[in-house]
Amino acid sequence: MSKRTQVFTQVLYPDFPLLRALFVSDIPYVALEAGPTKCADLAWRELMAKRDTPATNLSGEPQSELLRELVAHLRQNRTQLREEWVQRITETRLLTAMTKEEIFAEATSVYDSYVEALETETFEALQAYARNLSERIIPRGVETHEVVGIVLLLRDVLARSLFAKYQTDFKKLNRILDAYEPAANRIANTVAVGFVQERERVIRQQQEAIRELSTPVLQVRERLLILPIIGVIDPQRARQLTEQLLRGIRTNRAKVVVIDITGVAAMDATVANNLVQTVEASRLLGATVIVTGLSPEIAQTLVTIGVDLGKMNTVGDLQGGIEQAERLVGYKVIPATETR
Amino acid sequence: MEVPILKQGKVLIATIQAALSDADLENLRRGLVEQVVKFRSLGVIVDVTSMDVMDSFASRTLREIAHMIRLRGAETVIVGIQPEVALAMVQLGLTLEDVATALDLEEGLAYLNEKFKTTN
Amino acid sequence: MSDVEIRVPINSDQDIVGARQKGRTLAAELGFSAADATLIATAISELARNIVSYARRGEIQLQRIQNTVRQGIVVIASDQGPGIRDVAQALQDGFSTSGSLGLGLPGVRRLMDDFEIASIPGQGTTVTVRKWRP
Repeated sequence: MSKRTQVFTQVLYPDFPLLRALFVSDIPYVALEAGPTKCADLAWRELMAKRDTPATNLSGEPQSELLRELVAHLRQNRTQLREEWVQRITETRLLTAMTKEEIFAEATSVYDSYVEALETETFEALQAYARNLSERIIPRGVETHEVVGIVLLLRDVLARSLFAKYQTDFKKLNRILDAYEPAANRIANTVAVGFVQERERVIRQQQEAIRELSTPVLQVRERLLILPIIGVIDPQRARQLTEQLLRGIRTNRAKVVVIDITGVAAMDATVANNLVQTVEASRLLGATVIVTGLSPEIAQTLVTIGVDLGKMNTVGDLQGGIEQAERLVGYKVIPATETR
Repeated sequence: MEVPILKQGKVLIATIQAALSDADLENLRRGLVEQVVKFRSLGVIVDVTSMDVMDSFASRTLREIAHMIRLRGAETVIVGIQPEVALAMVQLGLTLEDVATALDLEEGLAYLNEKFKTTN
Repeated sequence: MSDVEIRVPINSDQDIVGARQKGRTLAAELGFSAADATLIATAISELARNIVSYARRGEIQLQRIQNTVRQGIVVIASDQGPGIRDVAQALQDGFSTSGSLGLGLPGVRRLMDDFEIASIPGQGTTVTVRKWRP
């Protein structure tokens, strides 16, 4: 085995163009392992700057022939390469939001789609698959850099297997890479772009949902506001509601606010804290808050975060809350003996 | 900058501006107590509409003012806390819990009048 | 990238107002909402007051900050005062919610997104807080 071959088998994260240049020259060199993230970074930039270059074919062997050979190799070694890829993914700590089984299941689909795209040289199916995959993994909290990272890792794993296979025949390796590279780059591009587009769509959808659920603060009686809260509240929405309510108190000169949480299934500690702060802030604006529809679960959450429910004005249902509110707005001074 | 104190019947009204120094607040405290005693006032309204920030020092001072005025037999109401300021205050943990609050001057006066009626 | 940097010396209580007003202005320039700008100004006020109360003099530094996805503001309150002997205790809640005891640091932490403190008794204290624009 020549010295050059030995050096090649030690290259871990090849930078393709550089490597190719070194291949055909006689310049000795040392290959540095850049690490997957940095490599992904560099490769991504390379991807973005690249146009679809027509594959140059040094010996005149038909492109399709090479591709077929390539695809056959990838299909034959499917199990092994796929495992190596999954191994890489776990090593570099990508897709931490998914379990090993899930990663393996998705990896299988991605691998097969990848090879199919290489074979057919069409990318529509891949695009559709990428969108579908993104739909599933975005709610799991998978981020763009992870998706780009794993696709590039697959590209590396496959490239390395090509190196290993054709290491005795540099010219052949060169031609195989000529066929492989543009397609591999296009695939990485397609998957990443598909993911990002899906992500943007989800974000737009969420914003729409927030706007829809954005409950108007209702003024039903003079100086009395009702804020019915329905659905899921995350901390961001909770803050939004608080700001809306306080502004509403000022605009409507409300003396009493009824916050109805009958439609809220559960509340985490952050949102529960926010509710308490809303009550306190409302008081600073001179308004009394009555909370209605407090479920036993939410009452428990409040107690857990240290709220003295005795101090919070709560009434069982919305109707009762409105009645009490009207009494308060009527501003009758209630003698000490009469409670509620 | 001195804080102007107006007298309206049995109520004193102090309107605070935004950039109040510690010395100004101190003067305000002294001024209010003096005038409550002098006019036998029953109520004090401190209007903080122009305060764009209420930090722990300001909050503490207002509570001290209310406390001292209560010792002189009068009730204090803080009015005009802005929504954003209220939000910042409760996150900081400042609730002004032992001081009465109202939306604005009108509400503050209404609150005091109600209180005077019941205590008479 | 931090192209905007404002330093406000804190020597007396009168400097507190200046510091928080500059903070509010910078926050508005960076596109923070009125509510967030108030939170930032309030945090600056608290930190500046600590400097005045415990170290007599120090500095508030305001900077625009940026990472790959968003931008924000950083406030660095530093002094060469007596320092905090027991930082853990100072950061404990309940110790400051009354507003009359302690340094109000847990409150400041609640107002901002990031909070860091370094204090050496006898040498001084530096509190760094950040808020990111959503």
